[in-house]
Amino acid sequence: MKQLLLGNAAVARGLYEAGCRFVSSYPGTPSTEITEEAAKYDEIYAEWAPNEKVAMESAFGASLAGQRSFCGMKHVGLNVAADPLFTLSYTGVNAGMIIAVADDAGMHSSQNEQDSRHYARASKVPMLSPSDSAEALAMTRAAYEISETFDTPVLLKMCTRVSHSQSLVETAPRQEFEKHYEKDGAKYIMMPGNAKKRHPVVEERTAKLKAFAETCEWNRLEAGADHAIGIVTDSTCYQYVKEALGDTYPVLKIGMVWPLPDKIMTAFAESVEKVVVVEELDGFLEQHLHDLGIPARGKEIFSPIGEYSQNTIRKAFGKEAPEGVALNAPIPPRPPVMCAGCPHRGLYYVLKKLKLTVLGDIGCYTLGAVPPLGAVDSTICMGASVSGTHGFVKALGSAAQKNTVAVIGDSTFMHSGMTGLVNVAYNDSKATVIILDNSITGMTGHQQNPTTGKNLKGDPAAAVDLETLCRAIGIPSVRVVDPYDLADVEKAVREELEKPCASVIISRRPCALLKYVKHPGPIPVDAEKCRACGACMKIGCPALSLRDKKITLDQTLCTGCGVCTQLCKFGALGGDK
Amino acid sequence: MTTKNIMIVGVGGQGSLLASKLLGRLLITRGFDVKVSEVHGMSQRGGSVVTYVRYGDKVYSPVIDKGEADAIVSFELLEAARWTEYLKKDGRIICNTQKINPMPVITGAAEYPAGLEEKMRAAGIDLDAIDALSLAEEAGSAKAVNLVLMGRLARRLDFSDEAWEKAIEESVPPKFIELNKKAFHLGKMA
Repeated sequence: MKQLLLGNAAVARGLYEAGCRFVSSYPGTPSTEITEEAAKYDEIYAEWAPNEKVAMESAFGASLAGQRSFCGMKHVGLNVAADPLFTLSYTGVNAGMIIAVADDAGMHSSQNEQDSRHYARASKVPMLSPSDSAEALAMTRAAYEISETFDTPVLLKMCTRVSHSQSLVETAPRQEFEKHYEKDGAKYIMMPGNAKKRHPVVEERTAKLKAFAETCEWNRLEAGADHAIGIVTDSTCYQYVKEALGDTYPVLKIGMVWPLPDKIMTAFAESVEKVVVVEELDGFLEQHLHDLGIPARGKEIFSPIGEYSQNTIRKAFGKEAPEGVALNAPIPPRPPVMCAGCPHRGLYYVLKKLKLTVLGDIGCYTLGAVPPLGAVDSTICMGASVSGTHGFVKALGSAAQKNTVAVIGDSTFMHSGMTGLVNVAYNDSKATVIILDNSITGMTGHQQNPTTGKNLKGDPAAAVDLETLCRAIGIPSVRVVDPYDLADVEKAVREELEKPCASVIISRRPCALLKYVKHPGPIPVDAEKCRACGACMKIGCPALSLRDKKITLDQTLCTGCGVCTQLCKFGALGGDK
Repeated sequence: MTTKNIMIVGVGGQGSLLASKLLGRLLITRGFDVKVSEVHGMSQRGGSVVTYVRYGDKVYSPVIDKGEADAIVSFELLEAARWTEYLKKDGRIICNTQKINPMPVITGAAEYPAGLEEKMRAAGIDLDAIDALSLAEEAGSAKAVNLVLMGRLARRLDFSDEAWEKAIEESVPPKFIELNKKAFHLGKMA
């Protein structure tokens, strides 16, 4: 019986059916649900690792031990895990190993829109790229076969529209798999003498994989009536092409995007008058066609920026694209906001009030950058707040030291903030680092992490003691504040910035959306006392609005955190005064 | 049959997930090819959210493009106005008349546009505006807005009440089945 499965859930189902036993990942939109869904199968051990590099190395260890393994991450996570990737290409695997990487064209929830296909070519690791859930499931199973046949990890390239679309799949029962570990230093100890012997093996493997690409079922020719144009496409773009053009032109659908099938591509080009390549982001397939001497057109027609859709294709091929009616009225945007009761709000209010330079990081708290809080100066990548602040303070000296802070979440700090903090202590920059400890990984939808005391399956786990850790790293001044207490936060920030040493302030309050967090309920409001001074509007709480010069509170949103009541001088919010 | 397109739009956190889950269940039991797409992550934090539901003999694209939606079901008035360009010429917008201020309105940087219902009708849009929140409360919970709107959508689609009710039974916890069925029928009949 067919069922509707999210692309990410289909990958998890493929892992289950293929007998995968070990999953280690770091959450990142749009890849997160693969691991969450895999964790629901009792037969699969699944965990959240502190970062993608640790996840990939752990998955390798399980593969070495003889179990089919998996690690999943978003595109930028593969940057973090690139180090093991390039050498795992040399060692190959014992049992099969899959690395899923999910791109985010359109940057729905990312800081860049890099094209992960380049990693496959650069690391010489084969890559499969599904275009819907059924393919996601089937390719996951096939990836283990490829991994073991060719002795290589296999990259599975997802993207937002494949990961986060549900489509129909047929499931199959699980087949167990196990191999034994045998010591093989020449294969697994990558010191120069061994690695020099492995590099030729990698090149030979690529040649064999190229031959495989010519016959594998994932590179598929679909007939079309008009041979004036032939379309080469992959991933979700295939769906847009078929939606827009149907069977008009022949289509070469590339499901194995590295290594590419030279003969198939050349023969396809010879069978049509012109080749057009439809691929999101970079001209990866197009460049390969050019390398083969085929004058394909791609990026001169289609943008390397953002997502495509069926209308993108219709317009490019001169077909009529439907248009609806745009309202002749200004429609204000509705950007994402920090939730009512979010513990980050009070902290950012203080940072803005003190006019500090704030080097931010990756998480919900990136929303502190948008008005009215607008309290962030930079956001680059996981951990860059701490190391960036170190460099900023070193460069400008004591003046900057007194008005610059790093802001980083608990999970991000575990991911790669710790190493930056070691640098702060070791190279003595006297920086002030604020860890927003909301006891969960928030942005990606509430994943446990090494500070929360629970593992992926929800069972009790060791919890990192942040205060002890920071002291052990060599930070002389470590203190904890409650971000709902604005006066205390301000006092702490002022004092730590004045100290002639490095400091860590842990701003501790669990995420307001966590089910176990009990809220006191809506604060009392006396609109008659409101003088429309706007003080409470500076925190950007979605529960508060000024209408007709009087404050109104959305009772369904207000949690009663009380941050606004500390700003109201007239007793309109929170009673008395 | 040609592919049918239904968009569900609203504000992150309003509970459009159940609506798309319910539709998905209903459509696969009718033997259609189905695709349901939404974006997770940052945009969910109180931002504008959209879910695409497509069904037919063979569905390719997971998304609905401008001018393609047969119906847009909106949980909030401004969000209905935001997505009108996606409506097909003879499509219909089913809209909960509830208003939720976006942050630029809260901070005073923008105004919540007045007269949106009139403006949509003046633009020739087939608008079915209902106070789904009141009907949901009448059914027993403000959270049942999604079922009220699905009931409204049911008037536009060609599926039996039995099929809808079976999908409801398969999509919600047992103790909420009756409440949700009541909300569905209130929406359908109102």
